[in-house]
Amino acid sequence: MKKKDKVATRRDILKTLLKGGGYLGIGGLTWGAYLNEAKSEPMILRPPAAIDEEEFVKACVKCGTCVEACPYDTLRLGTPGDTKPVGMPYFVPREIACEMCPDIPCVPVCPSGALDINKVQTFDEKKQEKVLDINKAQMGVAIIDNESCIAFWGIQCDICYRACPLIDEAIKLEYTQNERTGKHAFLRPVVDNAVCTGCGLCENACVTEKASIRVLPRTLATGKAGDHYIKGWDKEDEKRMKEKEGEEQQEKVSDKALEYLNGDWEDLIDD
Amino acid sequence: MIKLLSQNKYLILRRITQSGILLLFIGGNYWGWNILKGDLSTANFFDLFHLSDPYMVIQTFAAGYILANDVLLGTLIILLFYTFIGGRSFCSWVCPMNIVTDVAVRIRKLLKLYQDDIKVPINRNFRYWILGLSIVVSAFAGIAAFELISPVSMLHRGLIYGMGFGWAAISVVFFFDIFVMQNGWCGYVCPLGGFYSLINRFSLFKVKHNHETCTACNKCLIVCPEKQVLLPYINKISIKIKGMECSNCGRCVDVCEDNALCFSLNNYKK
Ligand code: SF4
Ligand code: SF4
Ligand code: SF4
Ligand code: SF4
Repeated sequence: MKKKDKVATRRDILKTLLKGGGYLGIGGLTWGAYLNEAKSEPMILRPPAAIDEEEFVKACVKCGTCVEACPYDTLRLGTPGDTKPVGMPYFVPREIACEMCPDIPCVPVCPSGALDINKVQTFDEKKQEKVLDINKAQMGVAIIDNESCIAFWGIQCDICYRACPLIDEAIKLEYTQNERTGKHAFLRPVVDNAVCTGCGLCENACVTEKASIRVLPRTLATGKAGDHYIKGWDKEDEKRMKEKEGEEQQEKVSDKALEYLNGDWEDLIDD
Repeated sequence: MIKLLSQNKYLILRRITQSGILLLFIGGNYWGWNILKGDLSTANFFDLFHLSDPYMVIQTFAAGYILANDVLLGTLIILLFYTFIGGRSFCSWVCPMNIVTDVAVRIRKLLKLYQDDIKVPINRNFRYWILGLSIVVSAFAGIAAFELISPVSMLHRGLIYGMGFGWAAISVVFFFDIFVMQNGWCGYVCPLGGFYSLINRFSLFKVKHNHETCTACNKCLIVCPEKQVLLPYINKISIKIKGMECSNCGRCVDVCEDNALCFSLNNYKK
């Protein structure tokens, strides 16, 4: 009888353990699935100098110090209900854009490493030290909808162009003749993706009912040509090709050292 | 009146500390005060150094990110403070959720739902399972798991930066504690409280029981939110209460009319 009792308890314990494990497993899976849902918001714009989104959501400790530091109330923390990952800073340019403060108060205060000051610093030759440079920020990139932008209709509007802190660099105006009227010009805004910081001052200023120029996260808005396209007219890019071919050659060379010794180096590259 | 005050001495002190700390944080955001800036996750203290929540840092580490030194140093400070001085005092003296759950207990009493000895379906150790699970889930999901759903930080952050629908999560805790389980959130579920319980053993302040003067009125056992720490000793042995989950709330000290409970310093013997 006693023995039987013991066996029963052991089995009971095993049962409870399995049951508990099962609950934990199910709980963990649900929890994890929810987190995966909740952390991925591709349409979000982060403060200047934010590291890659995937890393950012790990790194940000949700302290809100950047939000406190922002003098324009541009930055806000995600709260439950606004469909953004909770507790992490973001901004909505149509409501309040980033004013691109030269002293970038939001970045150096970040204690966690989620905002990396190196991303908004340049080396000043004169001072021989690193200085803040908000123009290096890459919060997003402005995209124009040429259907709704009234400048594309031929109406004169250069509001976004004037609002841009990098006027004539990030947005330029393109002059073409308006063939419909024959005597007027189109003044179409064009964004240079390499220069635009994504501050959203243009989106904020746009006069159309829904902004016709809108800032999108860089990962969404930009493409990638791939290594095998090379700008033959660009010295820098040319170098890239030479380096690449050099690498390839070197591999071959080490295989066939004799061929290398006999062959003509210049010929190999030009091919 | 004096009697009422002295009978609620620690309760009043706790409410002052809790709301004082909260006020410093709120002032940090709205009025630029420089004492505590940030929130309970990480705060900048007098622009001197940071204070950081160790449980959050562990989750972040599990998620695969090593936080910057400011935060790591801040964690060390907090960890040392609570391990050697405060123990689980965070819960009773700092955490804003404590006010919510205490109010829930009051309402539970008014509604005559309060029970002296609780029989519940889940175990007090449930919180440690959640704690462990949160770290595993952080590793798999690549993000600090509890931080994204924590009603505690939603409440605290909400009060400083704006609540949104955070009210919903807080109400869940509130009504859970009133209608479903007595002290349900803090006493069974909250892994943050669980974390501080785990580092409670060597902390400086402990409640001391003197069974000579104890009249076995059981008032302490009625108010204690973690009865299992008191139950084995009251009116049995004189001892310093070393149960992990004691949060030094001092309710038992407040209600004891026979001088059988008081705060004292830990003696580091077995
Ligand atoms: S650069 Fe200035 S305006 Fe822009 S987010 Fe930072 S503090 Fe705010
Ligand atoms: S200061 Fe850094 S860690 Fe704090 S909320 Fe902003 S980005 Fe996150
Ligand atoms: S184009 Fe728009 S988003 Fe880009 S820098 Fe100019 S104002 Fe900012
Ligand atoms: S158990 Fe959790 S919610 Fe309750 S007081 Fe402690 S930290 Fe706050």
